[in-house]
Amino acid sequence: MCLAIPMRITAIDGKMATVELDGLSQRASLMLLPSASVGDYVLVHAGCAIAVLSEEDAQETYDLLNEIAAFGAESSETEPDD
Amino acid sequence: MTERELQAAALVPRLAAALAQAAGDRSFTFMEVCGTHTMAIARYGLRQLLPPGIRLVSGPGCPVCVTAMRDLDTVVAMARLPQVTLCTFGDLVRVPASRTTLAAERAAGADVRVVYSALDAVQIAADEPRRQVVFAGIGFETTAPTVAAALLTAREKGVANFSVLSMHKTMPAPLRALLDAGETSIDGFILPGHVCVITGSDIYRFLADDYGVGGVVAGFEPQDVLGALLALVGQQRPEITIEYTRAVRPEGNRVAQQIIEEVFDPCEADWRGLGVIPGSGLKLAPACSGFDAQARFTVDPGEPREPAGCRCGEVLRGLVDPPDCALFGRRCTPEDPIGACMVSSEGSCAAYYRYQDLDG
Repeated sequence: MCLAIPMRITAIDGKMATVELDGLSQRASLMLLPSASVGDYVLVHAGCAIAVLSEEDAQETYDLLNEIAAFGAESSETEPDD
Repeated sequence: MTERELQAAALVPRLAAALAQAAGDRSFTFMEVCGTHTMAIARYGLRQLLPPGIRLVSGPGCPVCVTAMRDLDTVVAMARLPQVTLCTFGDLVRVPASRTTLAAERAAGADVRVVYSALDAVQIAADEPRRQVVFAGIGFETTAPTVAAALLTAREKGVANFSVLSMHKTMPAPLRALLDAGETSIDGFILPGHVCVITGSDIYRFLADDYGVGGVVAGFEPQDVLGALLALVGQQRPEITIEYTRAVRPEGNRVAQQIIEEVFDPCEADWRGLGVIPGSGLKLAPACSGFDAQARFTVDPGEPREPAGCRCGEVLRGLVDPPDCALFGRRCTPEDPIGACMVSSEGSCAAYYRYQDLDG
C-alpha cells in the first residue's frame, strides 16, 4: 500500500510532472511537493510525488553502514562472513 | 545492477554478521508496522539472516488488514447502489467482507473499478458525469494526502459527482494502544519509512519518551532493514532515529501535512484486532463535507460477521505468528483467503505463505 517508487522528473506543467524510470514515463501530481524541479529524483506514491530523494544523504547512510559492517566483521573474525 | 545496488547488496551479509556480533546472547523482539516492510522481510528471507535472539513480529501496518469488517461492509453496500461507480485500490477488491467481496459484487454487476491513484477516480468522474464516483479511501498517512489532493482537485474543477468514503487511519495512536495493552513485549520498532516521509520521525518521540521503547525509521531494501535492526540493537538509550535518510526528515513533508489538515479531521477509528482507538482515523473536515460519500448516500451495512477461527486480530497485535493459526495454509490461502491478512500481498499471512520456504 505504502509502496513508493523513485522516479526522475523530466518535465513540469503546472501542478503535474512527467516522471520517468527505466524509460517508462508517467504523470505525477506535484500538489504535495510543489518545490520539486526538473531533474529531481522523487518518490511517487499513488500518483503523487511525496519526497525529493537526497543522493548525498543516501551515500552518507551507506558509508556509515559500511563502517559498522566493517567493524562487525573485524570483531567477529572467527565467524564466516560470507 | 548499478554501482549503488552492488554496493548495497554486498552490505547485506556483512550487516548480518555485524548484527549477530552486536546482539550477542541477548534476546530482542522488534515490531515492524508497515506492510511494505512485512513484504520486504519475507521476500528477501531476512529472518534467516538474523541471529537466534532476534524475533521480528508484524504490527498493524497493512491498511487492508486493519480495516474493520463494518467498514468493509459499508464499502460493499455503497458499491451495490446502482448509480455508484466505486473506485478503490486493488488490494481492497478481494478482501472478504461479512457476506461477500467487492470482486464478487463486480461479477454480479456492480460497477467496481481499480485505480492506481485517487486522481484517476476524479478523472473518471469528470469523464462520466452521470455516474456517482465514490473513492473508497484506505491507507495511512502516506496515502491520505494523495486522496486529499484528489478531493481538492475535484473541488477546484467542480467535479461534483466525486466523493470520498474515508477509512484512512493514522499510525501513532495504535502504537500507543499496543504498548498500553502490554500484551506484546516490544523492545523496539522498525518505523514505517513512507508514512514518515509525510509525518516526519518526530511524532514518534513519545515511544522513547513515554514508554522507553526506541524506534528506527527504515527504508525497504534488505540493507535498510538490517541497518535499522543494527541501530536498534546498538541503542544505548531508547531514541527515535532515521536510517532512511535519503527520503525522511524529522519534520516530514509539511505541505502534505497541511493538505491532510485542510481536508481531514481526526476521528475515532475501528481497527481489526485492536478495536476502537480515539484519534486514530481521518474523517472529512466540515469544509469538505460536500464530498463525503457517507453524507451523500445512506447505506445499511448490516451486522458484521467475523470469519470463524480466523486469528488475524492476534497476528496484527504481534501475539501469534501466521502459522500458529489453524486455518493458515489449509483452509486459508492467498487463492482462497478467509482472513484479510491472507488477501493483501502486504498481509503477514500472505507474506509468510508466499515465502515460507525462505523463512524455514
